[in-house]
Amino acid sequence: MRSVLFGAAAAVAIPGIALAFPWLKIPLILSLCYGLAALGIVVLLKAGQISFGHGMYACISGYAVAFVSKRFPEMDGVFQIALGTLASVFAGMLIGAFVVRYRDIFFGMLNLAISMVLFTVLGKFYEYTGGTDGVRINRPALLGFDLSRDPYEIALLALVLALSLIATFGVQRYFRSSAGQALAAIKTNETRLEYLGVNAKKVLWKGYVLSASLCGLSGALFGLSQGLVTPELGYWLRSGEFVFIAILGGAGHAAGAFVGALLYEFLKMYAAALVSGSWQLILGAILIVIIYFLPKGLSGLFGKRKDDEGGAV
Amino acid sequence: MTALLQTSDLTLAFGGLVVANGINFSLDQGERLAVIGQNGAGKTTFINICTGLLKPGKGTVTFAGSDITGLSPRKIVRRGMARSFQLPQLFLEQTVRECLELSAGARAGRLSSWSPLAFASKGKEIDRMLDLTGLRDRQHERCINLPEGQRKLLDVGMSLMLEPKLLILDEPTSGVSTEEKYGVMGILMRALDEQNVTAIFVEHDVDIVKRYATRVAAWISGAIAADGSPGDVLANPLIQREVLGE
Repeated sequence: MRSVLFGAAAAVAIPGIALAFPWLKIPLILSLCYGLAALGIVVLLKAGQISFGHGMYACISGYAVAFVSKRFPEMDGVFQIALGTLASVFAGMLIGAFVVRYRDIFFGMLNLAISMVLFTVLGKFYEYTGGTDGVRINRPALLGFDLSRDPYEIALLALVLALSLIATFGVQRYFRSSAGQALAAIKTNETRLEYLGVNAKKVLWKGYVLSASLCGLSGALFGLSQGLVTPELGYWLRSGEFVFIAILGGAGHAAGAFVGALLYEFLKMYAAALVSGSWQLILGAILIVIIYFLPKGLSGLFGKRKDDEGGAV
Repeated sequence: MTALLQTSDLTLAFGGLVVANGINFSLDQGERLAVIGQNGAGKTTFINICTGLLKPGKGTVTFAGSDITGLSPRKIVRRGMARSFQLPQLFLEQTVRECLELSAGARAGRLSSWSPLAFASKGKEIDRMLDLTGLRDRQHERCINLPEGQRKLLDVGMSLMLEPKLLILDEPTSGVSTEEKYGVMGILMRALDEQNVTAIFVEHDVDIVKRYATRVAAWISGAIAADGSPGDVLANPLIQREVLGE
């Protein structure tokens, strides 16, 4: 119940802020995009795994949107997002089938390695990918409406917000489901899971595909909001940011990823204004403080040990 | 009557160390077999081969009429052979109830990604297992907060939720205090009787063996040295000298 109120508050507050301070529209969109990607990482954290390469799914989806929009300029933005996300889902299914055989550092590093291969390929095949300059994405119509820049950004913010709320609800529901609980069981005792007759690799694979799709959704929305995709979207620093935000937010609740992302984006903005050359210093210090005082992340602040209790979201 | 579990000429060596030396063994439905033997005699190796954790160098394992040699633990579990562990294997961050629910969901063979875990099984059957293992009042406790005796019971409870034909218990009373031992075994045996489960248990305590086993098999150096009624095996001079150390 409290979660529903929290979601409703976000649904009112975020558009409200964007209308009151129009210059905040883009930072808000970016925060929510980061939140979606970090939510993907949170899914893996549930299984005790971490990926330093999930930027690749944002990247795959972003490029898919760019290619689709080039080939079919008339296609609605919503369809482009769907197709981009689908591309990441397929990539996640394929790559996932391979990486779920590994755990811990090997899992993390394999994801990193694959993502860096993609990054390099995108940078080198200039003819198709535009190299490091990337590919431009023209502003598409959204749900049949051709919008000028300002209303387009408002519509995009509404769309990202709606998708974020749906994703939060869906992931939280998944965490409470049988498959989600089995995913969490991989973290504590995979042997036992096998001795219950459960295929732990398959359970992790499902979670992996979910996490790839969330990062993919994030990448598609990111591409459309920027009007450009570059290989940088799949660079390991970007993947690292997703992990950073996921840890900042904590794995206790799906909403944590978004709280973490908002904090991250705004901290970055103000830190950059304050000490332009070394904003990472402030960010790093804050992460240390969070890990020290809130080992469960920001989501650990709400609902202490309330995860036993049933109910929605 | 066909045997529930049968092994023929089961052999396994780690380098020069023979840990299973041509074991021919057969277990009928309804038996309560106690496996005794010194540390390193090959008891756990035998269990690990039967449950699929180790592959034998030679020989076959037949369970409920079909050859299961070399199958993975997961596939063997799905055929109805469950095990519990010497060191309880629980999902420490989950609650007692959730562990049992996961087990029940696993038995049903479908782990939905959408409907809540509690819906994967009947609440009543979870309650029954909680009562049977005496964990009802701790059902919402995280496993990490349970004392050893209760962890053991939950470990067995999770295996029983699978409704196995055969349950292999690896030292169910190790790590349990002497006063608690009979209580734990009593609860376990009642549960086994109620579900009509055949059982093998590895045990060091002779009193427990005498009281609960219908048959005893004694292991020495990777082979069965004596196999029969508890009275006969425990009175065997070789077993008294080599296994019981009397």
